[in-house]
Amino acid sequence: MELEVSELSVARGGIPVLEGLNFRLAAGHALILRGPNGIGKTTVLRTIAGLQPPLAGRISLDRETMTYAAHADGLKATLTVEENLSFWAAVFGTGGIDAALDGFALRDLRARPAGALSAGQKRRLGLARLLVTGRPVWVLDEPTVSLDVEAVAMFVRAVRAHLAGGGMALMATHIDLGLDEAAVLDVGPFRARAAQEDHFDEVFL
Amino acid sequence: MIALLMRDLRLAMRAGGGFGLGLAFFLIVVTLVPFGVGPETGLLARIAPGILWLGALLACLLSLDRILALDWEDGSLDLLATSPLPLEGIVTMKALAHWITTGLPLVIASPLFAVLMSLPGAGYAPLVLSLLLGTPALSVIGTFGAALTVGIKRGGLLLSLLVLPLYVPTLIFGAEMARRGAEGADTTTPMLMLAGISAGVIALLPFASAAVLRVNLR
Amino acid sequence: MNLNALWEYANPLKFMRTTERALPYFWVAAVVCLVVGLVWGFFFTPDDFRQGSTVKIFYLHVPSAMMAINIWVMMLITSLVWIVRRHHVSALAARAAAPIGAVMTVIALATGAIWGQPMWGTWWAWDPRLTSFLILFLFYLGYIALWEAIENDDTAADLTAVLCLVGSVFALLSRYAVNFWNQGLHQGASLSLDKKENVADVFWFPALVSIAGFVLLFIALVILRTNTEIRARRMRALLARERLG
Repeated sequence: MELEVSELSVARGGIPVLEGLNFRLAAGHALILRGPNGIGKTTVLRTIAGLQPPLAGRISLDRETMTYAAHADGLKATLTVEENLSFWAAVFGTGGIDAALDGFALRDLRARPAGALSAGQKRRLGLARLLVTGRPVWVLDEPTVSLDVEAVAMFVRAVRAHLAGGGMALMATHIDLGLDEAAVLDVGPFRARAAQEDHFDEVFL
Repeated sequence: MIALLMRDLRLAMRAGGGFGLGLAFFLIVVTLVPFGVGPETGLLARIAPGILWLGALLACLLSLDRILALDWEDGSLDLLATSPLPLEGIVTMKALAHWITTGLPLVIASPLFAVLMSLPGAGYAPLVLSLLLGTPALSVIGTFGAALTVGIKRGGLLLSLLVLPLYVPTLIFGAEMARRGAEGADTTTPMLMLAGISAGVIALLPFASAAVLRVNLR
Repeated sequence: MNLNALWEYANPLKFMRTTERALPYFWVAAVVCLVVGLVWGFFFTPDDFRQGSTVKIFYLHVPSAMMAINIWVMMLITSLVWIVRRHHVSALAARAAAPIGAVMTVIALATGAIWGQPMWGTWWAWDPRLTSFLILFLFYLGYIALWEAIENDDTAADLTAVLCLVGSVFALLSRYAVNFWNQGLHQGASLSLDKKENVADVFWFPALVSIAGFVLLFIALVILRTNTEIRARRMRALLARERLG
């Protein structure tokens, strides 16, 4: 399996932000997108995950192969850690949540309502969800926000295990994860240029 | 999909889930009406079917903005949209959860409230039946409204403005059925129309709800 | 005629150029028709033997009521064109038409009330047609409010288009429900193209002229408003591009 993105252009709020993006991601590999704030990394990730249509270009894998995680973890404050994870396991039709609980050291917290967790613990729970989806391509938007050093190490271990199992990871992040085997792509050069001449045409700009 | 339904029901039962709010609102409406129109039993009996239907409709309306907005805010909706569940199924389950937590309790409690409104004895069965047939349509139409306004901050008022005109046919046939029942007249025609609206809405509207939700998510 | 050539006008610039050239003619035609139709109707037709001169409000009431419904139909069609062919002009035309439709509905309701007062002895009755128009007005309000509430133009166009589709179905349902709920006071359709024996010719010709006037007025207004929407849309796009740098 290989994720191939060719000539991808994406728009935010109707305005093209990035264009002509090309990359390949083979099974067992990770790719980190970098670039200044507001360049459109989130938009690219949402497009690849199938949440919004691309302006142009091709994404070789179906959205059914991907799982997406962003700033919001989708946790329900009044459900316990275990209930939150079991729900996603049931939605994705996968089995147990034990690996996820262990992978992010949540076993001791399993009976605690998600609302009573600290910000870092919530994030860990949000990332643990990735393990119960059973999907091969992880699409991650700033996965390490509010994680401490130890938790970042946990995350990197989880990514490595995922890659070793033939998975892929595509992420946008600013910090250095210590995930040295990951390729890095700077999206800065793909910033969409304003149309050269001003056709006042079908799309407004 | 069952997991989604169970989660929503569990959330509604937990603290702050809003279960029973609609019922309490219904009770307050029924309590306030006699203060507004006077305690005369004959008058109350005559307007009872309409007031009970209106109360049920407003109680439904009250909780519509929770159907999708909470999942939107915490990001669950994004994650659900990328899950194997079809969006049409998601909105149907959301509507079903809303009906079970809001509509069904209203149906079950309506005979009690009918006593407060001095509904004539013949009217009880048609009232309960009309609410049972009509409230699912209210939940499904409400979910469509919630899907339309999910991305709008403080969209509650707009949601009411959009949804209330859509409630007109359901209200007319539902209240008409309850009224004819209370007068001892034949309720077949409004009952069939009401059932038809509910069935049509349940079958078709989730596609529109899913379509607008998809637009709102992108 | 090659129908495909029509889609060329979906280009905003082409649409604006063509319509702005035609706009003055529409204005003139609208004003002429309205003045002729209304003056003829008000001053040069005999009074009705039962209704007296009150019947003459008919020349405002009937055209505005027809427009109130037809404008919604036009919005439905342009919404469908937007959904199927993604022509921005189409979505903006629907947006531009909605407030005009709302005003037509208000005119129909107000003239109806003024006519109804001497005829039925009441300003308002829950007559099925009056009620349906009130509901139609609520649909217009919701549609306009949804456009206003959403910042992203394409999102707003998509959502309002779906609302227009769903709303049309429910508006029809409401019409039948309201008929079922109350058989009313209204006289039957007093004007249709094939059954003109309903009203005498003397009333009918000025009414037709005044209907033509309303249609032309609507066309002129909708062209003006659509072009305004196109410019406003372009300005927002320019500002957004500037912000992005």
